[in-house]
Amino acid sequence: MPHTTEHHIVPLKVYFTIFAILMIGTALTVQAAFLDLGAFNTPIALAIAITKATVVVLYFMHVKYSDKMTKVVVLGSIFWLLLLLCITMIDYLTRSWKTYG
Amino acid sequence: MVHGHGGHDAHPALAHHFENLEEQREASTLGMWVFLVTEVLFFGGVFMAYTLYRYWYPEAFAAASHHLDVTLGTFNTVVLIGSSLTMALAVHAAQTGDRTKVMLFLILTMVLGAIFLGVKGYEYHHKYVEHHIPGFGFAFEPKELEGPATLFFSLYFFMTGLHALHMVIGFGIMLWMLKWTWSGLITKDYAAPIEIAGLYWHFVDIVWIFLFPLLYLIGRHATHH
Repeated sequence: MPHTTEHHIVPLKVYFTIFAILMIGTALTVQAAFLDLGAFNTPIALAIAITKATVVVLYFMHVKYSDKMTKVVVLGSIFWLLLLLCITMIDYLTRSWKTYG
Repeated sequence: MVHGHGGHDAHPALAHHFENLEEQREASTLGMWVFLVTEVLFFGGVFMAYTLYRYWYPEAFAAASHHLDVTLGTFNTVVLIGSSLTMALAVHAAQTGDRTKVMLFLILTMVLGAIFLGVKGYEYHHKYVEHHIPGFGFAFEPKELEGPATLFFSLYFFMTGLHALHMVIGFGIMLWMLKWTWSGLITKDYAAPIEIAGLYWHFVDIVWIFLFPLLYLIGRHATHH
């Protein structure tokens, strides 16, 4: 195995900043839900959730400071999840069955 | 117990197939992440079911979502994110070798987790009183949405239940980590178990970050009754 990377200790300031961002995100997602944004309500809720999840993964879960192999595995999980959701929905959205919808 | 064979100066926690603790730490972090990929796909299946049924029955999902308490949901979101912060602080304390703080923050994480589950239990009870638990005399107004509303509440209980089960398992992990910290096994050089317990706890937090808007906040701007 090649030489290992220096163990990075995330400064406390970073943790508190991330916590503040997550709190702001929570407030925003609740506020946005009560506004009539038409078709944009769900995309906005998801965008906020994805942003929150991303900062948790990068900072609380240290992926920003992790080795490449870990990063590839993390991206892999997103890739497989998208395959699961997208391919299944492509199937359902393009069938002409009248039974549903 | 695992024992290193790298001579008398080897760390007691070093497994014989690793050169040093840093290499062991990277391998266990990677292993935990591989496990979390399987967890993402495990939850992914339920999120897929949610996506499809919400696409088919948007009115029923919005109407049913309105029966969930946004205030309690928001409160629990704040509590759970707070527990992620205390978990991160436990990891920091472990990495800097502050044994007392590791235990303090692990206990705080469990306390916040317990508050979350307590609120969840209260919400479940409320659903029981309102006849919104599928299979237990389920009833929903308006009647024509009752079928798909059953689907929403089935998904609600399955998703939040699976999430709560993960938290209960998390409690077990926290107790295990408390024992290891108390015994002195966790040191500045061997903080990896706390870090990996943290990965699990943060993952459970991420699941909730998605569950909260998807279950509690559908079409809140409109009035359904």
